[in-house]
Amino acid sequence: MHELSIVMGIIDVVTEYANGAPVKEVTLDLGCLTTIEMFAFDMAWKQAVKGTLLEKATLDINRIEGRAVCLECGEEFTIAEVYDACTRCGSHLLHITKGKELKVRSLIIF
Amino acid sequence: MCATCGCDTHTHTHSHTHTHDHNEKHIAVEKDVLYENNLLAARNRGFFDAKNILAINLVSSPGSGKTTLLERTLTDLKEAVNFSVIEGDQQTTRDADRIHATGTKVVQINTGKGCHLDAHMVMHALQGMHPHENGILFIENVGNLVCPAMFDLGEKQRVVVMSVTEGDDKPLKYPDMFHTSHLCIINKIDLLPYVPFSLDKAIANAKRINPKLEVITLSCTSGEGLDKWYQWLESKKS
Ligand SMILES: [Zn+2]
Repeated sequence: MHELSIVMGIIDVVTEYANGAPVKEVTLDLGCLTTIEMFAFDMAWKQAVKGTLLEKATLDINRIEGRAVCLECGEEFTIAEVYDACTRCGSHLLHITKGKELKVRSLIIF
Repeated sequence: MCATCGCDTHTHTHSHTHTHDHNEKHIAVEKDVLYENNLLAARNRGFFDAKNILAINLVSSPGSGKTTLLERTLTDLKEAVNFSVIEGDQQTTRDADRIHATGTKVVQINTGKGCHLDAHMVMHALQGMHPHENGILFIENVGNLVCPAMFDLGEKQRVVVMSVTEGDDKPLKYPDMFHTSHLCIINKIDLLPYVPFSLDKAIANAKRINPKLEVITLSCTSGEGLDKWYQWLESKKS
């Protein structure tokens, strides 16, 4: 349940930026290649926001798909798992450019 | 009056919503959720560099034989290397007691319900223990291949330990851990004749995820391969 730690991290960041105001909406960037289990995340969220400025906040989550550049042939492509092979040459020597995001993008306060 | 339903409250509702919108404030944040952890990890890394400590984050699932490997390593090399150990455990001090019995300086972090160590916990452990300078610090993470993957502790090397009793598809099930590790130890190879485990397949799976991953196969029971692990430690030390 590292999802709880992630949620606590989000609460810390949001609390700092909300400056005491109740939060209406939180927008997150969440890459598809991060190991966040959404069910566990939702459970952790419901528990952890109680009694905080985020208690009434809705979550707007941008799922960002995985992208990689092949270090052998330079091909750029979409990946679903970190162990996917280059779609052109089959190499696993990849540089992941997108999909690892775990970021609070913005928030709306009342 | 509203043309659609004939009510005359529409204007009011509209203006109400409108006013409401004006009281809201949009704030751009653009901040990494793990920012705080990464900041403290960088601080730990600076501490290790300054004291010339090789910090190794040891991760595995339960039953990989990680603590046994650690015990064996500490005992075999204690004349040659100054070891310190941070032991992450959810409840008991059992593993820390085993390490203590080897005569090694050890501090335990009780994570309680927490399923992983983070940089903050390690920072406090460091303040209390004063690990040996010019030595090796093992940080034995909580036995779990999912949660610890995202948390940089400031280590120089991340070592993932798996055993042949776990299945050769283990890397594919926990790609993030294998992706972020520098070395994979495949343990208990003395049991290979008795289990449906293909070394070649396991290594190929691990390399698919991380082509730069180094692999050492060994057994703490027969002692086979331990020399390679000790050489690896020596090579990373200076
Ligand atoms: Zn390619």
